[in-house]
Amino acid sequence: MKQDSFGHPVEKYNLLAEHLLAKVLELGQKIAEKKGKKTKIMEVCGTHTVAFSRSGIAQLLSDVLDLRSGPGCPVCVTHQQDLDYMISLSRIKDVIIVTFGDLLRVPGSFTSLEKEKAKGANVHICYSPLEAIDLAAKNTQKEIVLLGIGFETTAPTIAAALSQALEKGLQNFSIYSTLKLVPPALEALLQEKKFDLDGLVLPGHVSTVLGSDAFDFIAQEYALPCVVTGFEPLDLLIGLYYLLTSLIEEKAELTNTYTHIVKEKGNQAAKEIINLYFEEGDTLWRGFASIPGSGLKLRTKYNDFEARYRFKKVEIPETGVFSGCSCGDIITGKLTPFDCVHFNNGCTPLTPVGPCMVSSEGACSAYYQYRQQI
Amino acid sequence: MNEQEKDVILLSHGDGGLLTHQLIQGTFFPGFKNEWLEEEGDSAVLNFCHERLAFSTDSFVVSPLFFPGGDIGKLAICGTVNDLVVSGARPLWLSAAFIIPEGMAIERLSDVVRSMSEIAGDLKLPIVTGDTKVVSSNDPENLFINTTGIGVIYPETNFNVKNVEPSDIVIITGSIGDHGAAILAARLGLELEESPQSDCAPLDFISTLLRPYFPYIKVMRDPTRGGLATTLKELAISGDVDFWLEENSINVKPKVKAVSDILGIDPYYLASEGRALLVVKNGKEEEIIKELKKHPLGKDASIIGYARAGKGNLFLRTKLGGTRPLQMLAGTPLPRIC
Ligand code: SF4
Repeated sequence: MKQDSFGHPVEKYNLLAEHLLAKVLELGQKIAEKKGKKTKIMEVCGTHTVAFSRSGIAQLLSDVLDLRSGPGCPVCVTHQQDLDYMISLSRIKDVIIVTFGDLLRVPGSFTSLEKEKAKGANVHICYSPLEAIDLAAKNTQKEIVLLGIGFETTAPTIAAALSQALEKGLQNFSIYSTLKLVPPALEALLQEKKFDLDGLVLPGHVSTVLGSDAFDFIAQEYALPCVVTGFEPLDLLIGLYYLLTSLIEEKAELTNTYTHIVKEKGNQAAKEIINLYFEEGDTLWRGFASIPGSGLKLRTKYNDFEARYRFKKVEIPETGVFSGCSCGDIITGKLTPFDCVHFNNGCTPLTPVGPCMVSSEGACSAYYQYRQQI
Repeated sequence: MNEQEKDVILLSHGDGGLLTHQLIQGTFFPGFKNEWLEEEGDSAVLNFCHERLAFSTDSFVVSPLFFPGGDIGKLAICGTVNDLVVSGARPLWLSAAFIIPEGMAIERLSDVVRSMSEIAGDLKLPIVTGDTKVVSSNDPENLFINTTGIGVIYPETNFNVKNVEPSDIVIITGSIGDHGAAILAARLGLELEESPQSDCAPLDFISTLLRPYFPYIKVMRDPTRGGLATTLKELAISGDVDFWLEENSINVKPKVKAVSDILGIDPYYLASEGRALLVVKNGKEEEIIKELKKHPLGKDASIIGYARAGKGNLFLRTKLGGTRPLQMLAGTPLPRIC
């Protein structure tokens, strides 16, 4: 049995992964020889960005693959204007903000939720949006605002919270919805045609909700191979193997290697609950202009539960401009964190200049944590 | 960001990571600077009447107060005892001070005290002095406990990070991140098939088993707040060496991995409360591990890495043979969206 340098046995799983890694490397070299350049692949989802770096796969394949991040980290794609609005809400007396932890440290134009919390704002970090419902029921004198950020994966849980609020007749609950849809963003990105992508690793979690069919247009209309895959090292390598094989065979096809989890049509129940409470609308993304039909807005009949309507008179600071933060270009794959002058030079997880350095899913944070050599 | 905004204390200042480090270096050290504090050990080493005493203090806040595998009381005793043990000392006396929130059920407080007395009894350690304060609070669970311990350092002890040499071996006494994962899972109410259990336990068995090997132990730490990565990174910086860890050799229990996967938090940053990290002389590692394995709490002791000449880096060789650096924890780990 193979052992590591301390005599501990190496699991079969890793032996298999090593073999596959060698195979992927070989395919990558073949393409590089033929085309005279590295294969440029976008991993759309932040969890994939982290998984590629954390497992060391990105580093081991860096001679043949040029991995780029995509618009798939919920915190990173949130527009500055929305951040400022959400932070301003936390300053209103008697408001309890309920948010996922990632958002806490993201700098708005002038401050962050973490700093407002230290100064007395009531910010509750939740794991499940349903915690907002408990809080609303227990604190009837307070206004509970759930920050709805995320993609198709988060939307059903936010919708479930609203459904419970309605059922329980909770009037002191509202949502600031800046939920987003991934396919329209990818479409906008591919239409820009500003850089030469060779293929995409599609977001695994989002695909479980939408189904792999939702991404067919990438192969069909943009002639790019793409793959749906999971997050373990072997999943990543299998995904890359398929992607590179498609490239060698010059086939623009979508391969789903995550079939036990991702179905072609996705998860109907999740789609239905989203549909019940939300409708598509234009929304702002960091790194893009407003993308038509890429956001989930509460349906008009639920406007009373939209924090933007409930708290109209919020003082929101004029959105500040970050000098030189390249998050927008990083989450659209144009640059990598190493291209940013601030990276580890003023911008670190402790002193983040942009959201990509804060979120655990953010590309800059992942590169800082797992890839930079000091 | 204006200057004033920078000036408030954030929760992250208390997480044992970079901000805590900065607070200590920037605010406390300039005020209290002295030769003992500057050693930056888990305990202060005090020379007194031909004896070397170890003196250590720690405050405990944890939510929830009772969690799978332990409670704040057990944690408060083990935490201070372990700080003394990893300093190479035999704990002799403890103090306990309580800051109790108004509204806390006395029954609940008694449960905490019972747990403390049980574990202190097992260790034959008297709690010789204490203090009680009550503060108004919205949260009846917001209990704070401080414990302080005095121990006598064994004559054989010569632990100092400056003794670490480039060929030394890194050993850990068991799996990592159990406590951190147990607390996060309990706090967030994660619905898991099996919840992780805290590893909270006293490490006194180490001195019993390893005393003859103390001359070969360069330094010992317990990887609590900030986890394995932060603790070793600190050692790398103060010892001016690099450490290399082998991911394949590090034991992360499946339950702990499940929690860290769900929350997107690296297990290398999750606290252990019943593990010790030892840097030992190359060549002595097998014997030391053999000794540790004699105790149930050391049965999973294993080599996880080695020291190399360098300048304060910590590297991890991943299971696939890639290399990645590990940093100090930057900010309390926060559950992510998804
Ligand atoms: S390194 Fe910092 S400043 Fe540069 S893109 Fe990333 S978050 Fe923005």
